[in-house]
Amino acid sequence: MSLLEVNNLQVQFETTDGIVSAVNNVSFSLEEGKILAIVGESGSGKSQTVFAMMGLLDQNGHATGSVKFEDQEILNLSISELNLIRSEKIAIIFQDPMTSLNPYMKVSAQMAEVLIHHKGLSKTDAIKQSISMLDAVQIPDARNLIRMYPHEFSGGMRQRVMIAMSLLCHPKLLIADEPTTALDVTVQAQIMHLLSDIQKEFGTSIILITHDLGVVAGNSDETLVMYGGQVMEIATTELIYASPTHPYTQGLMSAVPRLDDNAVKLKTIQGNPPDAMLDPVGCPFSPRCKFSKDICSTHTPELLETGENKHFRACHVAFKELL
Amino acid sequence: MFNYIIKRIGIAIPTLLILIVVTFYLMHAAPGGPFTSERPLPAQVLANIEAKYGLDQPVWRQMINYSWGVVTEFDFGPSYKYHDRTVNEIIAQGFPITLKYGFWSFIVAIGVGIPLGAIAAIRKNTWIDYFAVGVSIGAQVLPNFVMAPLLIIVFTLWLGWLPGGGWHGGDWEYLVMPVIALSTSYMASIARITRSSMLEVLNANYIRTARAKGLPTKTIFFRHVFKPSLLPVISYLGPAFVGLITGSVVIDMIFSTGGMGYFFVNAAFNRDYAVMMGITILVGSLTILFSLIADLLYAWVDPKIRY
Amino acid sequence: MIVANKNKIKDMAENLSDSGPGRSLWKDARMRFMQNKAATLSLFVLLVIVAFSFIGSHFAVWSYERIDWNAVGSAAKVGMPSIETGHYFGTDDLGRDIYSRVIQGTQISLMVGILGATVAVVVGTLYGATSGYLGGRTDQIMMRIVDILMSIPYMFVLILLLVVFGRSIIMLFVGIGLLSWLDMSRIVRGQTLNLKNKEFIEAAQAIGVSDYKIIMRHIVPNLLGIVAVYATLLVPGIILAESFISFLGLGVQEPLTSWGALIKEGSNTIMYDTEWQLLFPLAFFVVSLFCFYFIGDGLRDALDPKGR
Ligand SMILES: Nc1ncnc2c1ncn2[C@@H]1O[C@H](COP(=O)(O)OP(=O)(O)O)[C@@H](O)[C@H]1O
Ligand code: SF4
Ligand SMILES: [Mg+2]
Repeated sequence: MSLLEVNNLQVQFETTDGIVSAVNNVSFSLEEGKILAIVGESGSGKSQTVFAMMGLLDQNGHATGSVKFEDQEILNLSISELNLIRSEKIAIIFQDPMTSLNPYMKVSAQMAEVLIHHKGLSKTDAIKQSISMLDAVQIPDARNLIRMYPHEFSGGMRQRVMIAMSLLCHPKLLIADEPTTALDVTVQAQIMHLLSDIQKEFGTSIILITHDLGVVAGNSDETLVMYGGQVMEIATTELIYASPTHPYTQGLMSAVPRLDDNAVKLKTIQGNPPDAMLDPVGCPFSPRCKFSKDICSTHTPELLETGENKHFRACHVAFKELL
Repeated sequence: MFNYIIKRIGIAIPTLLILIVVTFYLMHAAPGGPFTSERPLPAQVLANIEAKYGLDQPVWRQMINYSWGVVTEFDFGPSYKYHDRTVNEIIAQGFPITLKYGFWSFIVAIGVGIPLGAIAAIRKNTWIDYFAVGVSIGAQVLPNFVMAPLLIIVFTLWLGWLPGGGWHGGDWEYLVMPVIALSTSYMASIARITRSSMLEVLNANYIRTARAKGLPTKTIFFRHVFKPSLLPVISYLGPAFVGLITGSVVIDMIFSTGGMGYFFVNAAFNRDYAVMMGITILVGSLTILFSLIADLLYAWVDPKIRY
Repeated sequence: MIVANKNKIKDMAENLSDSGPGRSLWKDARMRFMQNKAATLSLFVLLVIVAFSFIGSHFAVWSYERIDWNAVGSAAKVGMPSIETGHYFGTDDLGRDIYSRVIQGTQISLMVGILGATVAVVVGTLYGATSGYLGGRTDQIMMRIVDILMSIPYMFVLILLLVVFGRSIIMLFVGIGLLSWLDMSRIVRGQTLNLKNKEFIEAAQAIGVSDYKIIMRHIVPNLLGIVAVYATLLVPGIILAESFISFLGLGVQEPLTSWGALIKEGSNTIMYDTEWQLLFPLAFFVVSLFCFYFIGDGLRDALDPKGR
């Protein structure tokens, strides 16, 4: 039994310009203790996918499909039911740690309220536990720093605070939505280390969202590549790295600087990623895909298993023809 | 915080001095002295009067004397028209009245405006939101001098429920219409400001964090949404205070409440510069004091300001 | 009264600065404005009111100076609005035709509003652009002065000015204008700070163009969008201020009149069953202000698509 099973997840927004589909028919599953990376350019629907799971969509958003967590359907639960899962079983950290922490509240208050609400702790106990969690994410002098406001921390420290806050109730699943995008390169590596340490120490499953394939290597078991709200390819991370089979994944790969490339020969994919489409027809990547055929712009390719185990790709053109 | 307070007071004091100097010179720029507009007085009498009021001294000397009196003893000198009354006596008569209905107007503007705006934001795009938005747009074009006669038409002439004017020590019947007329447009502005800032806060990333933490909606509202939403309202308190005190002039005219505004307009018609100046400076100091308090309140809510 | 829109304006200033003043911005803006029904309708109504204030007098039976002796002192009985007597809006207690006086008051109120806004816009733009462009200590001092002036209850000072320098329309709109430029200068300063670092300004500096010329030729023209919106919202603010003063009897003087003065006269006589004396000018006042605010909001939304 998987910890998390997502089937045909679809997210739509009602806007003044019409219905916008941000996520289309996304399916995947995650085993306990594993790390799944979701990769894709910005705007490809990564965040909305996980927001939908946790009931965090904006008011104009609506999700359909199925999300099963520990065999329980959690999509579109009522707020009070969701609140039994949020933080206790599934926690999330966001891209921008500055705006994701409440700038008007001390860190102590923001952390303690989680434990007070979910675990019924007293305020002093809650703060005590919060301090030890800050210690666990290697914040020096946590005992004093906890009384500070978020803006008094550096970017990396703020993200550590976010992580500590999300771990307070020892959730089974931690979702990290671009946790390092807003940070310096050196700090990025530290935060990634921290996340994999957490995974080992607490056995937490992690969904790691990023737009940078470079972050994925060595930090995840499986990788899901998303584009235009759809899944392009899913495979083990090794496989994705060794031999990407989808034109979009190949494009992403060539944009990643590699150790075996001597020169810094960065290619970028031509063209711009689409905004969430009003009317998704055909393969979302077709306007930018150099292998595109007529059928690509009229029929959406299905996500099909390739010969290998648990390797799925959505493309009209067979892998052999791409070589 | 301490440094911030000092810095803020460092602005308040020069502001007050500038206000005194400017009004004083304005008064002296007036064509003719304060006593020339009346029936021509014999030269000797005029000289006596001017000596009595210190008007024979150089202007800068007069200004220093005057400022000194204002700053050290809150003494605004004598009235030029009511020779037997000082400006302080006139203020003492009108100020308590203005203070009373002004205070209630302030309470109503905040006490109705903030909840109305908050409910509109929470129930966005429902009838209560449309109602609140409608009220606040409508009230923007219904300033006190429009509200007041309309209220009198409805509540005094048509319904006969409330007296159309007078003060009577500020009994509630005499208080209701002045307070409504004065507070409506500020109530509406506060509602509008609260609504839009709360909508912004509700969309903020840290509110999504709070939801992701699994906190109940009520907790999120009172702990995370409410306080930051009030910041723009706090910035508006200073201007609202100015507006209310300015509007009191109209209230005194229409409802014959006998507050400071009455004496100010009277003084304006009589060219009683001393009274006008005294009231202007008093109102100015109150405004400066009030915006100081509002700024400190802001700094108290927003930790980023304090340093 | 004018400050009520400050927050909106600030938001807009921030947003406009990101988008930058491209040419298509204006075309898009016009399209978006036309899509806004409330704003378009308001613009139409306002144009009708303006047109009425110019051609309405051709349909008047009574000029604004002529006195209907029948109605003097008995306006309640014979001075009510009627087509037969030619007093479409009725008369006041002095036998003067309200219809003609409303036309006259409309002209004057709109004029004071527009001229006062012009004064405020010119002063505020130049002050704000200079302060923002020069930056550094000068900027700090100039903005500190604005802070100080902002915390002065300007209506009292304005009345003092009117009493000292005499009550005239010119004094009125110059006075109101000179006291209403503060918000404008702050907004323009913020906008200028954003513009200052753009390449074309740096290029001009590099080839040695003088500060004065840079401000006049490059900074000020690029501020047009925000100035336009703010000016539309400033006009009703100034009309409100003018009406307030005229209501007190310290503004526009007889035989001239304005909305505020008419509302005052109307409200002085409400207990004599002559509500029309109040309600006609009041309706013009309220409807016009409504229109100005909707147009201002519409312009703001049109120039700032992100705000929706
Ligand atoms: N409230 C909303 N209304 C309309 N569209 C939205 C809304 N929120 C997100 N979207 C759209 O959903 C698409 C996917 O967004 P997102 O999942 O945040 O992308 P990313 O992969 O960068 O995380 C975006 O193109 C965005 O325009
Ligand atoms: S389906 Fe067609 S357009 Fe899409 S990735 Fe495959 S080849 Fe390219
Ligand atoms: Mg995202």
